Amino acid sequence: MRIEADLDLCQGHAMCALEAPGVFSVPRKGKVTVAEPAPPESQRSAVEAAVRFCPTQALRLLED
Amino acid sequence: MTLLEPRLVSGGAADGHLEELRHDPIALMRRVRDECGDVGRFDLAGRPVILLSGADANEYFFRAPDEDLDQAGAYPFMTPIFGEGVVFDASPERRREALHNQALRGDMMRGHAQTIADEVGRMVAGWGTEGEIDLLDWFAELTIYTSSACLIGARFRSQLDRRFAELYHDLEQGTDALAFVDPYAPIESFRRRDQAREALVALVGQIMAVRAAAGPPARGDRDLLDVLMSVRDSGGTEVFSADEITGMFISMMFAGHHTSSGTAAWTLIELLRNPACLAEVVTELDGRYAGGADVSFEALREIPRLESAVKEALRLHPPLILLLRAATRELEVLGYRIPAGALLGATPAISNRIAADFPEPDAFRPERYAEPRQEDLVNRWTWIPFGAGRHRCVGANFAMIQLKAIFSVLLRDWSFELAQPPGSYRNDHSKMVVQLARPCVVRYRRRGGAEAAA
Repeated sequence: MRIEADLDLCQGHAMCALEAPGVFSVPRKGKVTVAEPAPPESQRSAVEAAVRFCPTQALRLLED
Repeated sequence: MTLLEPRLVSGGAADGHLEELRHDPIALMRRVRDECGDVGRFDLAGRPVILLSGADANEYFFRAPDEDLDQAGAYPFMTPIFGEGVVFDASPERRREALHNQALRGDMMRGHAQTIADEVGRMVAGWGTEGEIDLLDWFAELTIYTSSACLIGARFRSQLDRRFAELYHDLEQGTDALAFVDPYAPIESFRRRDQAREALVALVGQIMAVRAAAGPPARGDRDLLDVLMSVRDSGGTEVFSADEITGMFISMMFAGHHTSSGTAAWTLIELLRNPACLAEVVTELDGRYAGGADVSFEALREIPRLESAVKEALRLHPPLILLLRAATRELEVLGYRIPAGALLGATPAISNRIAADFPEPDAFRPERYAEPRQEDLVNRWTWIPFGAGRHRCVGANFAMIQLKAIFSVLLRDWSFELAQPPGSYRNDHSKMVVQLARPCVVRYRRRGGAEAAA
């Protein structure tokens, strides 16, 4: 499982950081940073929620 | 490779297609796509407008950097509304970012949902058992209260009444496309716009005078107006005048006002035109609120049928029908040459109804958003009621929560029916800010005891 962030689309809503705090972080005035681009399987449901609730659909989950 | 010139659409007169844009913009834009394809052209009094539609052209539009496609110069009809010469401490982009980072952040939404539910409650408090409302008036007033309360603060909201909404409406009506030629042309709607702005400055000035006389409030009660009033320069003089503060408030509220108001009205109209969908939404909401759940909690969760109905109302009746940018230099789009200085347009009204992407494009079909179709996500460059890409509406998330909160309260306690023939509800396209055309009346009735308690 890998995460891809499209920074053209990210607007820093930080919904992903609410869903999966360890995986994503969003600075106060910036765009998403993916702290863990290949998160462990235990994080799957949190990451899926983050991808789903991203208001700008800037995140994608890719399978290895 | 030689670049092609975008083809000019038929029609037009001495002023190009300005008159048609002022009266029937959707017919004009549809003809551009039919005759010219994804990249076509119409003219506004000598200035070319390159109109894009379809996924590839839209992706170019929405991904283009600000250095190529400039937003600020593309909306001349907004300048007299926000106020010319008003000195802001930051660019529009920075101000939008600031708004986004404060009032629109995810962690603010729960409080906003509660505020909105309370405002709806206040608006229906005067309703009897049954009656009629004008959708344009009613939702425009409601969204003045919700946007001022959520974006500026509860204290400022509590000092507003209907007058503010009426003046704001005159501002929105002052967006005739004639502004592309002369934003101060001597026409009635521009005169009313300028008078309305002056009256709004006077209203805000009165509120400021009362506050100044009363002295600063407790820290926890301060709203954005208190903060702006407290800003002093190094000599101790107030930095912002009533005119400047009013300009800031108008611009903060503008993007979220007529858009949310119109979408709420169209969601209700489409649900009433499609009783089976309405019944599903009411059942869904009744299930959520049967146990006395809080709107502030539920409005942040998924409410799939209601959300799909809102999305479909947005697809069919996008509040902004034409998004514009100005080309800062000569550009190339899909093999076509775009001259420097041209306007580039993307059109939600046309792209949202491309039949290849949205089967039965003119029909209200909320089921198109359910898995696995998810036509909003699959067509990320043509399902564009909120725009897309780097300038996608930063208030989209707030807007959806607002609409969920509004309908949670309205449909829980009230039933509605159309008071006119279903086909008679339509938009007025004579201004760049699209609004419902009158008459646009619906009837309400308090839901029966057993039903409401169910």
